[in-house]
Amino acid sequence: MTFINYAAREINCKIVYYGPGLCGKTTNIQHIYEKTNPNAKGKLISLATETDRTLFFDFLPLDLGTIRGFRTRFHLYTVPGQVFYDASRKLILKGVDGVIFVADSQEARLEANIEAVKNLQANLKAQGYDIQKIPYILQLNKRDLASAVPIEMLLKHLRVKNEPYFEASAFKGVGVFDTLKAVAKLVLNDLKRT
Amino acid sequence: MYEEEFTKIQVILDKLRKEANAKFVFLVDKAGQQIASNGDMRDIDTTSLASLTAGNVAATDGLAKLIGEKEFSILFHEGEKDNIHISIVINRVILVVIFDERSSLGLVRLRVKKAHGDLSDVFKDVLEKSDQRAAGKGQAQSPFAEITDEDIDSLFSE
Repeated sequence: MTFINYAAREINCKIVYYGPGLCGKTTNIQHIYEKTNPNAKGKLISLATETDRTLFFDFLPLDLGTIRGFRTRFHLYTVPGQVFYDASRKLILKGVDGVIFVADSQEARLEANIEAVKNLQANLKAQGYDIQKIPYILQLNKRDLASAVPIEMLLKHLRVKNEPYFEASAFKGVGVFDTLKAVAKLVLNDLKRT
Repeated sequence: MYEEEFTKIQVILDKLRKEANAKFVFLVDKAGQQIASNGDMRDIDTTSLASLTAGNVAATDGLAKLIGEKEFSILFHEGEKDNIHISIVINRVILVVIFDERSSLGLVRLRVKKAHGDLSDVFKDVLEKSDQRAAGKGQAQSPFAEITDEDIDSLFSE
């Protein structure tokens, strides 16, 4: 639920990056952190293991400026992608306003992507959300790798509702902001209806 | 949340901080968004604090359910100098009190209990109002009804 504080004139939105292990969720957020004006960003918090695998979540607050006199803040979260952290993933979806699914384009990860999309739908449902209604964007990451499968194949298996999709290489910073902007648009447009 | 309730919450937090002799008091929702705060927080990154608190409460909630408890309504973290007392108000918002050796756990618990009653009343009002607003939809125009794509594009222009 978007938290609108009329007294302080602030809108706070929660965006969650979802996807299978090692698909590049944290890399997306790190790129945004590196490329954002220091005044507009908070601290990047990573609750990770010693081997840099996300343990609970990464968190990055972004201050995007004002819209209709309201300060617009986006809180970006990633979930841990590894299968056995499912309990944590479910918790992070609490209060989510928009979801970005980061798919790993490598052929070997196709199954893992499909599993993760299913897992996302189930976990959203457990928190009382419907993937058909929530602002949702698909990012096809790692397009720069030679082992990347054709886009059509990924879309055929991963798309759930004709959602907008973006090609990306989070490692090189390609498509990262396009994806974020697209989900921000969906979330803010959603506010019109509330 | 509107001005009237926001002011009431500020008053309750201010009273709690003074009576509990705490350094810093704040309220955050379960999704990690800060609602209000009180005290000298110049050296504290409150946004991160809010998000980690919500994560902490969510994880503890998960633990409670695993062992068949409804929730753990109070969490307490004890440090060398500073301590954090976390409690859940009407199952919706999280009240956080940070205090040092000038106060004590007993005093904080006592004052927090009192503040819970006051905060519950305010949040019940907020919920009622928001239900009424939802029921009478269309009467009060949302300030965001007019957001255009250009407005959104301008947020990303830098």
